[in-house]
Amino acid sequence: MAIYTKEEARKILEKALSFSKADTCEINLSGYNSGNIRYARNTVSTSGYSSNQSLAVQSSFGKKSGTATIDEFDDASLEKVVRRAEELAQLSPENPEFMEPLGPQMYDEAITYSESTANVTPEYRAEVASSSIVPADAKDVTAAGFLNDSAGFSAMINSKGLFAYNQTTDVDFTVTMRTNDGTGSGWVKRDFNDVDKFDADEAAKTAIDKAVLSREAKAIEPGKYTVILEPAASADLLRNMFRSLNARSADEGRSFMSAPDGKNKIGEKIVDERVNIYSDPLNPEVPTATWNSEGQAIKKTSWIENGVVKNLAYDRFWAKEKGVEPVPFPSNAIMTGGDASLEELIKSTKKGILVTRLWYIRSVDPQTLLYTGLTRDGTFYIENGEIKYPVKNFRFNESPIIMLNNLETLGQQVRINGNLIPYMKVRDFTFTSLSDAV
Amino acid sequence: MKRRDFVQYAGLGAGALMMPSLLLGNDIPTEALLEPGMDTLVKKRMADVALNTAKSLGATYADTRIGRYLNQYVFTREDKVQNVVNTESFGIGIRVIANGTWGFASTNSVTEDGIKKATEQAVAIAKANSKIQKEPVKLAPVNAYGEVFWKTPIKKDFKEVPVSEKVDLLLSANAAALDNGANFVNSALFMVNEQKYFASTDGSYIDQDIHRLWPTLRVTAVDKAAGTFKTRENMSAPVGMGYEYLDGLESEKLEGPAGLRLYRNSYDMVEDATMAAKQAKEKLTAKSVDAGKYDLVLEPNHLGLTIHESVGHPLELDRVLGYEANYAGTSFASLDKLKSGNFKYGSDIVNLVADKTQVGSLGAVGYDDEGVKAKKWDLVRNGVLTNFQAIRDQAHMIGEEESHGCCYAQSWDDVQFQRMPNVSLEPGKEKYSISEMIKDVEKGIYIAGRGSYSIDQQRYNFQFGGTVFYEIKNGEIVGMLEDVAYQSNTQEFWNSCVKICDKDDYRLFGTFFDGKGQPSQVSAVSHGSSTARFNDVNVINTGRNI
Repeated sequence: MAIYTKEEARKILEKALSFSKADTCEINLSGYNSGNIRYARNTVSTSGYSSNQSLAVQSSFGKKSGTATIDEFDDASLEKVVRRAEELAQLSPENPEFMEPLGPQMYDEAITYSESTANVTPEYRAEVASSSIVPADAKDVTAAGFLNDSAGFSAMINSKGLFAYNQTTDVDFTVTMRTNDGTGSGWVKRDFNDVDKFDADEAAKTAIDKAVLSREAKAIEPGKYTVILEPAASADLLRNMFRSLNARSADEGRSFMSAPDGKNKIGEKIVDERVNIYSDPLNPEVPTATWNSEGQAIKKTSWIENGVVKNLAYDRFWAKEKGVEPVPFPSNAIMTGGDASLEELIKSTKKGILVTRLWYIRSVDPQTLLYTGLTRDGTFYIENGEIKYPVKNFRFNESPIIMLNNLETLGQQVRINGNLIPYMKVRDFTFTSLSDAV
Repeated sequence: MKRRDFVQYAGLGAGALMMPSLLLGNDIPTEALLEPGMDTLVKKRMADVALNTAKSLGATYADTRIGRYLNQYVFTREDKVQNVVNTESFGIGIRVIANGTWGFASTNSVTEDGIKKATEQAVAIAKANSKIQKEPVKLAPVNAYGEVFWKTPIKKDFKEVPVSEKVDLLLSANAAALDNGANFVNSALFMVNEQKYFASTDGSYIDQDIHRLWPTLRVTAVDKAAGTFKTRENMSAPVGMGYEYLDGLESEKLEGPAGLRLYRNSYDMVEDATMAAKQAKEKLTAKSVDAGKYDLVLEPNHLGLTIHESVGHPLELDRVLGYEANYAGTSFASLDKLKSGNFKYGSDIVNLVADKTQVGSLGAVGYDDEGVKAKKWDLVRNGVLTNFQAIRDQAHMIGEEESHGCCYAQSWDDVQFQRMPNVSLEPGKEKYSISEMIKDVEKGIYIAGRGSYSIDQQRYNFQFGGTVFYEIKNGEIVGMLEDVAYQSNTQEFWNSCVKICDKDDYRLFGTFFDGKGQPSQVSAVSHGSSTARFNDVNVINTGRNI
């Protein structure tokens, strides 16, 4: 399938819009090509390729809206889908929260597309799998991994004169290395927009080293420990905190960000003053689109500044209700880090636990953002500045808010899942039980 | 509908569930749900195009699934309809074995040309990957069933029930919750119809019409002055039934402890919403649990999730063998433990069965997605591990002659693989009611409904919450508790099972969105049980002051 250029997309969208007879009309067009390879037991298991494209029309009469979608873009199909959306709109109940489409917007030019990623071949994917399997075999280790690459575009137009377009590529890789005696496991994740930044050999080596180092873990008592969290570990907890940045839930009194008497926590210091979290679609390490599905421009936005809640996300309806400017939901999370490398963080630790990643994280109490989950694929005991030995995995019950209040040191940032998160040393992290899982 | 909105409407936040891409097909008008779709004769002809093309390109085996997935969702909050969504997704997936290696491709162009191209791609992928293949695929034999048809036994097809009736039901439930003190209420109906046509080079042409339904309710009570809130979720289950599940039949209601109303094969949503509001408010001032050891009395709609995580998943053969090592994980239940013939998974009264035929369950089908007839088999008998869940390319690895028939793909454009069948705990053989069970407990907690859940990647250590908790003292319920979660180890937990209520208490729990695989796919599955008692389980207090 073709990834349409800006002009090709505009032509289709303008044609579709020309058929509209509704009060307002908004049309989204998107498509992607995506390929993957999966391997386990040091051999390939499944792989596949998919491509898809679709055009969605939302037509509105007053506060009544209907949406229809189609994957064929000839004139007759475009007219049909617009008519269908209009019929659905006429039949729909009024939506009291309906917002008219936005007028023309100014967007920054996104930096999300890489030609190299768009040109990934099945042979390249098989090579990546080999880059894991061959060294694993040599070290008495078994590799299981997954590589997914995609290239896509999205565009929108509306009857108020708005037009937006973006192209994006992504590559996402994970591999788990397990020692053949079943006592050690290591893992890495790498994700980029540009596949040229991905080093499959380095990733495989990191995971193998971790697997070998984590063999025959010792059991130590659960309790409160100083931990060094690799970015993959802390990112998962922070992502859950990010979900509570919604102003409406906060104002309605049903979120961690709610304050007594119907207020929210904007302006309140909730974590250590060294914590600064913002989003920025133009950060070259973690670029995102510069507009969202409603056509709102995404700009650099601060969420937590010096430990204080700076912004909550207001959708357009809630912003109008509250008489404030809308604030689009963050497209990525960037947490300011420090200079310390992982080695330096370990060196400065008298007694602590190094955590590679966390697993099966689930909300326990949305009021306090308490989460439970387990460590996985490389958990190590540190004493007097050195990794002493691997330890059995722990179950934790902890809130990212408490975690960020107990911050000791911020280290260097790493890209993880499209976010930039630093290594972190945190005191009094709560482990509540031991797991035998490797 | 936008993906993010779907997640918000569906209340699927907090990473609790995988986002199902199959639920987002093309939007269609309601009346189009009733259109018949492609004729079976044409499907057979198209399927043969795929099978013949695959064979001509050197594939030693091929199967194909022509899928039409019709979904309807209705979302409301308080007195507002947020959205009514109808979607249709139609296309074909082709899976082949060439050079002993799997290949898969799909297309929404269900034409001779489109199918040929996709089949060529599937064969090309298989051949490319065969260069790094070390374990050639070996399929267990399967019967050729010829041309057969199977349909979920439903009484009311959701597609024939007017949207206005569905909206009225949800808004009535919301109103009942608000009238009884709730501050917020979200409710939704998810209705799914999978029309699947399977054909393989082994000689089967299987047409199936599968129906599932899931009503959800989330009721929130807020103490504004204190800035605190509590939620209470529905006591219903997703089911493999028609719209008749929402009839609210009195005969299918059970009286639970502490005035709880529990539902078997019919759900009274308005009544449940009323109870939910009262209980959400009660939760705001409930006593915080004292951490320690308790005897737990676990209601089926709660225990189902514990069965799912601590029995269903660890006994999936692909996990046991390492195919899921990079994502969902592996399993403590090794091949050695099965072979020993004496691995004590649970106490003597614990019997756990896999069943793809159970009426009303989410996993019930006539045939699985590789043409194997649905069946029932033991996983744990008298406490001893007796089997895993295997599909055609795995059966030989555990010395089985045939597949268990639990292969599934979430859509036509996803490759099928081993998925969990319904896994259920058999009821106790002796007459024993829930009130008798509570009377026998000195220091315990009764837990109903699903809550927080987490388990490690080999399925040893788990932690579960619930929807409502009641303290039991000297054989009586003495009041509601909050901040309850229990932590245990799978084998220790199932060996602490000392009593199971009889079949009169048996009900199905279910989940629409069980996630596994890379790229991740969802699957719907049910778990039945009667209320069961587990002794001396570690309970922690999850309350925190921030």
